[in-house]
Amino acid sequence: MANREDIMAKICELIGPFNNKGVDLTASTTFQGDLEWDSLTVMDFVAAVEDEFDIIITMNMQAEIETVGQLADAVAKLMDS
Amino acid sequence: MTDLLSKFDPLIQERENLLATGVKDPFSLVMEEVLSPTVAICNGKETILLGTYNYMGMTFDDDVRAAGIKALAEFGSGTTGSRVFNGTYSLHRDCEDALREFYAMDHAMVFSTGYQANLGIISTLAGKGDYIILDTDSHASIYDGCAMGNAEIVAFRHNDVEALEKRLKRLPAEAGKLVVLEGVYSMLGDVAPLKEMVRICKENGAMVLVDEAHSMGFIGENGRGVCEAQGVIDDVDFIIGTFSKSVGTVGGFCVSNHPKFEILRLVCRPYIFTASLPPSVMATASTSIRKLMHSGNKRAHLWENSKKLHQGLRDLGFSLGTPEAQSAIIAVIMPDLEKGAMMWQALLTEGLYVNLARPPATPANMTLLRCSLCAEHTSEQVDQILGMFEAAGKAVGAI
Repeated sequence: MANREDIMAKICELIGPFNNKGVDLTASTTFQGDLEWDSLTVMDFVAAVEDEFDIIITMNMQAEIETVGQLADAVAKLMDS
Repeated sequence: MTDLLSKFDPLIQERENLLATGVKDPFSLVMEEVLSPTVAICNGKETILLGTYNYMGMTFDDDVRAAGIKALAEFGSGTTGSRVFNGTYSLHRDCEDALREFYAMDHAMVFSTGYQANLGIISTLAGKGDYIILDTDSHASIYDGCAMGNAEIVAFRHNDVEALEKRLKRLPAEAGKLVVLEGVYSMLGDVAPLKEMVRICKENGAMVLVDEAHSMGFIGENGRGVCEAQGVIDDVDFIIGTFSKSVGTVGGFCVSNHPKFEILRLVCRPYIFTASLPPSVMATASTSIRKLMHSGNKRAHLWENSKKLHQGLRDLGFSLGTPEAQSAIIAVIMPDLEKGAMMWQALLTEGLYVNLARPPATPANMTLLRCSLCAEHTSEQVDQILGMFEAAGKAVGAI
């Protein structure tokens, strides 16, 4: 199973095309505050992450995820379940 | 004390900036008189209505109005009660009968608005541990129905059959699943590929709800909507609709062939904890629904109007929401809110009312001038409308 570093790297790669402000990405980078994404961008990005890892991130889960690190944790958990 | 309204400061500022450019407030138009389904007096000026969703022009139908007046005289102005207590009159039952006849379905449940129909049915059907799978461009009432319930919510890209299928296949096979689709999406007026989507839902063990608010009365041989036109109505578990568009009054409903459907009347909170619709509204709705069953000629004329307006606007050089007319909604895409508001006002000055739609209601942050045609628009009115779009478009530099 993919380890967290691989997941993190892949997520950063997927953020790329949506990172219009060229923000440096760390585990504590926030989607709303740092990347300044609106809800439409979030939807497109979530779809890309779901398809990359073949998982579902429900809108209920999305509400709890604020940072890149939290997303990586959630993806790791979803891939194990 | 924290002012709880301070969170709206950015919106207040945006509105002030917009109004400072000299445009009228596009969200506070008053119609002083309404002369017909297609003409009203706004700011003292006779104005063609092209943004009312009054698709079939039933609001001034003689039989519809007579039924309303009779019910008002005989049953009074309101029921003052819930459907499950003192708020069910023979007229409410008759309205549900009219819906069962219209859709040729076993069950019909009338709500006080279309918004409440989605809110109530979606939140009640999908409970804890169930999944709701919805299109990202879904109407606010669908999102709010999801927020009100306890199900897990999964979104898929607008009208993307493959995205829907992938997500359905990733969900636990044994979990309860409700896929929520719309026949016509109201912002761009585009139609859903229901034939493929409904098949995929059934293959993956999901129940399907289709909101046909913007297609009832118009699309499909009998006006039952996009699921009729695409031949999948028998595989759809629930159809949601409204009386505030083609039917020409107010109210919402759900129809279904599900054998256990009637229990929803006792468990659906937005159905129970609100007053039922007034008798006059039920009488106008029933009369209108039964007339819509035999309105093939009006449907044909509405298609002619929609196609003519779409072609004409394209020829003028406007950018539209769909490559061809797919419904009676034609959405003109404007570059930004300021230009959209200028164009909206220029059209109003010409004597034409359309809807100005803006984010977050619109997809992809678009500003739209949304036109909805009526079967009562004459071909000459459509010519006039195109002339107004040309004049206004040139005046504000939109074309």
